[in-house]
Amino acid sequence: MRLSKSPLVSVCLLALALASSVGTPAAAADVVVTDAGGRVVRIADATRILAIGGDVTEIVYALGAGARVVGVDTTSQFPPQALKEKKSVGYMRALSSEGVISVDATLILASERSGPPEVVKTLKATSVPYVEIPDQHSAAGIAAKVRLIARAVGTEAEGERVVAQVEADFKLLAERTARIKKPLRALFVLAVQNGRAVVGGQATSADAILRLAGAENVAAAVNGFRPLPDEALVELAPEAVITMRRSSGSDAHDTTQLLALKGLASTPAAANKRIVTMDGLYLLGFGPRAPAAARELMGQLYPDLAGGDAGATR
Amino acid sequence: MTAAVTMGGPGHHAARMGSAGQLMAVAALALALAAFLSLSIGSTGITLSALPRVIGSLASGHGDAATAREQLVLIDIRLPRLLLGAFVGAALAVAGAMMQGMFRNPLADPGLIGVSSGAALAAVATIALGNSLAAPWTRAFGVYALPVSAFCGGFAATAALVLLVARQGQLATSTLLLAGIALGAFATALTGLIAFASDDRELRDLTLWMLGSLSGASWPKVLAVAPFALIVAFVLPSLTRALNGLLLGEAEAFHLGVDVERVKRLIALTTAAAVGAAVAVAGVVGFVGIVVPHLVRIIAGPDHRVVLPMSALLGAALVLGADVVARMALRPAELPLGVVMAIVGAPIFLHMVVRRGMGGS
Repeated sequence: MRLSKSPLVSVCLLALALASSVGTPAAAADVVVTDAGGRVVRIADATRILAIGGDVTEIVYALGAGARVVGVDTTSQFPPQALKEKKSVGYMRALSSEGVISVDATLILASERSGPPEVVKTLKATSVPYVEIPDQHSAAGIAAKVRLIARAVGTEAEGERVVAQVEADFKLLAERTARIKKPLRALFVLAVQNGRAVVGGQATSADAILRLAGAENVAAAVNGFRPLPDEALVELAPEAVITMRRSSGSDAHDTTQLLALKGLASTPAAANKRIVTMDGLYLLGFGPRAPAAARELMGQLYPDLAGGDAGATR
Repeated sequence: MTAAVTMGGPGHHAARMGSAGQLMAVAALALALAAFLSLSIGSTGITLSALPRVIGSLASGHGDAATAREQLVLIDIRLPRLLLGAFVGAALAVAGAMMQGMFRNPLADPGLIGVSSGAALAAVATIALGNSLAAPWTRAFGVYALPVSAFCGGFAATAALVLLVARQGQLATSTLLLAGIALGAFATALTGLIAFASDDRELRDLTLWMLGSLSGASWPKVLAVAPFALIVAFVLPSLTRALNGLLLGEAEAFHLGVDVERVKRLIALTTAAAVGAAVAVAGVVGFVGIVVPHLVRIIAGPDHRVVLPMSALLGAALVLGADVVARMALRPAELPLGVVMAIVGAPIFLHMVVRRGMGGS
């Protein structure tokens, strides 16, 4: 007892505790992280996690901390059991202060896209640590997300393993895309609204994934996700169209709806029936599966170059 | 107009006021009940029984983690939400009652003369252009940028309306109504233009805001609307006599000694203050301004000395009740308040329209 009062012994004990806590829930000492907003957040207990944002939830599960998740938001579609087994606090941009507090989390990991701003402000002011997770659509961005979340939930070794895997996947992807001689002119269609295609322009996750898959985004002149009139689609003349699979309905139905657009009917993509349908979160979430998604997309766009793994593992 | 009849004899009038006192007490009781529910029901399951502990820890300056959580929920989340909900309900109901009195049209609503549209346009512009064109504005006002914009939008729409119509010398009611509709349509068109130009994330924020919600309630917002609430509450009593006069017709009111032009301007500005502030903190919440004054007139008659305060009480009670449903139906997620209000309000409104038609009044 007397010994433990000595500062030197305390430091040694602390170091020991830290060393032994790697890979297990942080308990011995508080973890301090700097989040996407530049706030320094102290985390004492990561045993009850609320994950807000599809990519955030996916990473928490990938780090093996899924059992500690007590709540998620409605965009947390992967792994599928997350939204089935955990409480849902609603759509990530329409959170309710008391709703979030009611799940009794000891740690909130929320994408920087979360809202509304007043609610986020209230939540940051509570005693429960609120860590804002950055959302950059790049390999470095995914690594930063994974490392921050891993540090916050106290599974840094697992985090490095995931980052290494992601980086290896990106390397493999780069090797594949290096074989592309002429980038395909591709168009991402988010949805068809009132008979107009909402396309992914520059600075969108769709633009980033198209580039990663070695395609050229024909809508790069458009800023953000925008509805485009038929005439503009004719002008863009994409060679391939990529769209999101919806939870209901079949791919065939989506493809029919897309081809029914007059603007697309005359494009090379329609003539060659090159319409690719993929899961939205997988393709645009920029979680750990992003390089695999890009590789799968590339396989669909360039069947000759895919090297036999067109149906890449998820 | 039944109004002229009921306001005719002094004896009849006094009898009505007597029962009106009791009705007002019932309305106050309804509001008290709604306020109690609003404070004691929420997704955390914390109830008012925690209040003594919270007050104790507030007074002593320290408490354990559980009490801190209860304090956060009761004092920083539910109480401002209760106050804002009550304000929004009262403001919208009173604004509706005033508009209907001024236009002598039971379907008149702040939404009709472009006040809501003006406030909404300014708010939408702030959301969509907050990071680009309007950046200096949002930087200067911070979290207040949205409420301040909506106040300004509501005021600008009303001021434009009053100036436009007043150039003809006097504020003809029908002209005011038509000009208001045109102005509202113009503001809505501009809102559509901005919505078209905004990106995916801004568009989602806009959509959610247009559905109306009290989930962003906070003390700064309460402080922001407090002056507007005080101004409206202060001006209202001075308008009741003029509104009662206007029930008879503008010429009749003039002969009763009402300065009709001045009163109409005052009503337009008061409505702008009430609606602008309400839209700023809660987005677009419909039906309160039509349903509540209607209900009040059915149960208490057309005297504005009763209609205005009772609309305020019942409007507040209705919005608080709807908000409890909004936050509990899908807990811990939340329904938009505007959606709940529409689901509750539309059938009541329809019932009223049908009843009026059958009654042959």
